[in-house]
Amino acid sequence: MTAYDKVMAARDANKPTSVDYISNMFGDSFIELHGDRRFADDKAIVAGVAMLYNMPVTIIGIEKGRNTKERMERNFGQAHPEGYRKALRLMKQAEKFHRPVLCFVDTSGAYPGIGAEERGQGQAIAENLMEMMTLKTPILTILIGEGGSGGALALAVADEVWMMENSVYSVISPEGCASILWKDSTKAPQAADALKLTAQDLFNLGVIERIIKQPQSSNDMAIFESLKLLISRTLEKNSALDTEELLSARYERFRKIGRVD
Amino acid sequence: MDLFSFRKPKNELESTTPGEQQNTPFVPEEMWKKCPKCNTMLLTTDLEENLHICTKCRHHFRMNAKQRIEMLADSETFVEQDADLESTNILDFPSYENKLEKARQKGGKESVICGKCNIGGIPTELCVMDSDFMMGSMGTITGEKITRAFEYATANKLPIIVCTVSGGARMQEGIMSLMQMAKTSGAVKKHSDAGLLYITVLTDPTTGGVTASFAMEGDIILAEPDTLVAFAGPRVIEQTIRQKLPKDFQSSEFVLQKGFIDAVIRRNKLKKTLIKLLRIHGYNKGEKQ
Ligand SMILES: [Zn+2]
Repeated sequence: MTAYDKVMAARDANKPTSVDYISNMFGDSFIELHGDRRFADDKAIVAGVAMLYNMPVTIIGIEKGRNTKERMERNFGQAHPEGYRKALRLMKQAEKFHRPVLCFVDTSGAYPGIGAEERGQGQAIAENLMEMMTLKTPILTILIGEGGSGGALALAVADEVWMMENSVYSVISPEGCASILWKDSTKAPQAADALKLTAQDLFNLGVIERIIKQPQSSNDMAIFESLKLLISRTLEKNSALDTEELLSARYERFRKIGRVD
Repeated sequence: MDLFSFRKPKNELESTTPGEQQNTPFVPEEMWKKCPKCNTMLLTTDLEENLHICTKCRHHFRMNAKQRIEMLADSETFVEQDADLESTNILDFPSYENKLEKARQKGGKESVICGKCNIGGIPTELCVMDSDFMMGSMGTITGEKITRAFEYATANKLPIIVCTVSGGARMQEGIMSLMQMAKTSGAVKKHSDAGLLYITVLTDPTTGGVTASFAMEGDIILAEPDTLVAFAGPRVIEQTIRQKLPKDFQSSEFVLQKGFIDAVIRRNKLKKTLIKLLRIHGYNKGEKQ
């Protein structure tokens, strides 16, 4: 597969979404919690609490929707500031009750609209980056489709970031990059290569910790079961660390990217 | 949405129509600058003396990093840090080297200059982004220098002032550029947790990944008049919603009204305001707090 094939696969409307991951791994134990307590409930982000085997966890996922109706409702997984603020509220709640946070990311980016700008899209993302860096509980983020820029990073300041094998993570869409740099959005495939946005690229660059085998459909239970086990082992391991150790490793995880000696 | 969203400089947008200047006597072009707001022709020497503010309508022209440092730091107190750090083509991105070369020919080495100085005699760490270098885009070295500046300020218990100007992330550095948002935010948080003061000064334009990280993380956020402050830039939004945006949408006056910045400060009052704020937070002449 070329890099651009991966971009297409990451955008495939039939692949499992956050809601599928949550229902397949957490079933009935998941209770959805709504709202940012400031403005609204952003349906582009689905969040709540659940049991991971015997461990309570907070789950936050960007949801694109599984059919046309859902996609409209979910704003195609493009969150507004209230979505990022809901996420932060529930992360703070997780910190208070000492349970780890699990994030699923699947977005072309934070929504670029009038309301989003009026309500401080930049401020909301910035606050998440800053607060997640010192959140005193383990955070694990999994990119399950598109990881579009700041809107994805706002849920990915984590102790570990994993990517599904056909997901992508990029500072800009290949189309956007091609049209800005070469005034020609049909050169998106070349831009996709140049941006180094595949899971393998990011693993080689030291930006992610793990590449996960892709579930082929939303009822590929064997893969969900093994992913669940892997998540649980990782969160258990990180929960056993003392807070200072956890946070200095998280800081170092990002500090080392682009460090010059 | 992508983080590259800056609009064209205002003076390019409002280009002169041919014939409009026919009555102006001939003078070398570089001696005159036309104010994009009121169309007055201004002598560049007058502009320089007046902090690059239009003498007629007070429009704030862009200043580069060196000019801004000269304006804010007490004379001959600025000691640059990490001046030797330079961007390289880490991802082998096509023709990035040429772009860097061109940017360097304008005089700067990177999109931010960091250092220690005195402001009104008060020891302060100062970072100034540079619109002359790839429109202040955030590369890994930009992020590294800003991170180091915050770490230095934290270790030395210094307040820090960051003047932002940025078209957003630097796409030629791909994901490495994006990660600088998290890295700098981490360094800001440590400085903040140490009880130290961080003041942001937003200048035109502040957009994209810089807005969505350290620009919006100051204890106090100031902005110059007529400054574009945005996450997604106006063109990106207009393409998405397929309608024209109201005039002055995302101006510093607009974001002030929406509650996202503390004050809009005219350039000629900026240094005085910063000194007052530093003093109110207990920072004094020649001593560390
Ligand atoms: Zn004027």
